[in-house]
Amino acid sequence: MSDIDNVEVLLVEDSRHDAELMMRALAKCDVRSKLHWVQDGVDALDFIRCTGAYDGRNFDQRPKLVLLDLKMPRLNGLDVMRELKSDERTRTIPIVVMTSSNQSRDIMESYQLGANGYVTKPIQFGDLSDAIARIAAYWLRVNQVP
Amino acid sequence: MTTDFENIDLLLVEDNEHDAEMTMRALTKSHLLNKVYWVRDGVEALDFVRCTGSFEGRDPQRALKLMLLDLKMPRLGGIEVLRELKTDPKTIGIPVVVMTSSNQDRDVTESYQLGVNGYVTKPVQVGSFMEAVAEIGMYWLLTNQAPAR
Repeated sequence: MSDIDNVEVLLVEDSRHDAELMMRALAKCDVRSKLHWVQDGVDALDFIRCTGAYDGRNFDQRPKLVLLDLKMPRLNGLDVMRELKSDERTRTIPIVVMTSSNQSRDIMESYQLGANGYVTKPIQFGDLSDAIARIAAYWLRVNQVP
Repeated sequence: MTTDFENIDLLLVEDNEHDAEMTMRALTKSHLLNKVYWVRDGVEALDFVRCTGSFEGRDPQRALKLMLLDLKMPRLGGIEVLRELKTDPKTIGIPVVVMTSSNQDRDVTESYQLGVNGYVTKPVQVGSFMEAVAEIGMYWLLTNQAPAR
């Protein structure tokens, strides 16, 4: 089975440092899951749509959760959200914005575009671990996707 | 549960009294019961959010952090409530999690197409039910951020 088969969590995060912290927090919690990390919005769309670098990936293997940063080069998080949520083939994939911004404008705009959830990245690793544990428990264990 | 309907964080929309009590008991166990208000059908749910009908004059100090929404209810069902909330820019930001006995793929798909934030099929086992409600509460009330108003 390849690296990109049966991915349950797509992490869209341009900062390697933040991505590694989140992956470490996820590995610590007691919900097992397969994660794939992409560094920008273009790769995120290619992954979901099975185009570009991900041409040939199975479209029906949809992640249970996309963790989406907002501020990224090439294509930012809100544009990724807009693209995925306006296409009925991809609008049912849960997207939780996970960003350093707690600006109410970013929060409101994310929800207006159809974000399923929004989490401001905690600064302390302990708090990040707790947040990731709760995210994993709800989105990977309790939540149902089509 | 509070009878004061200002400052409510969680609106429970559920026509079955037994299920509603179990949900509130689960929230109590996780110390999350504080600001929960229970309504029994879709009409009450929309009236609550819009401060109309039986809730005319309610002053929403702050926006809901979560609406737990059953699907099959008298008067107005959950799908209709969802459609109303998610097509109105004033209410699209309210996190709505459908919590229903239905695991019919059609209901799941339709809910997500309408913009539901999450979907949970009510576990049959009491223990699993309590655990699921606790995990729902912990994520939506403590971790997730909803728009302020």
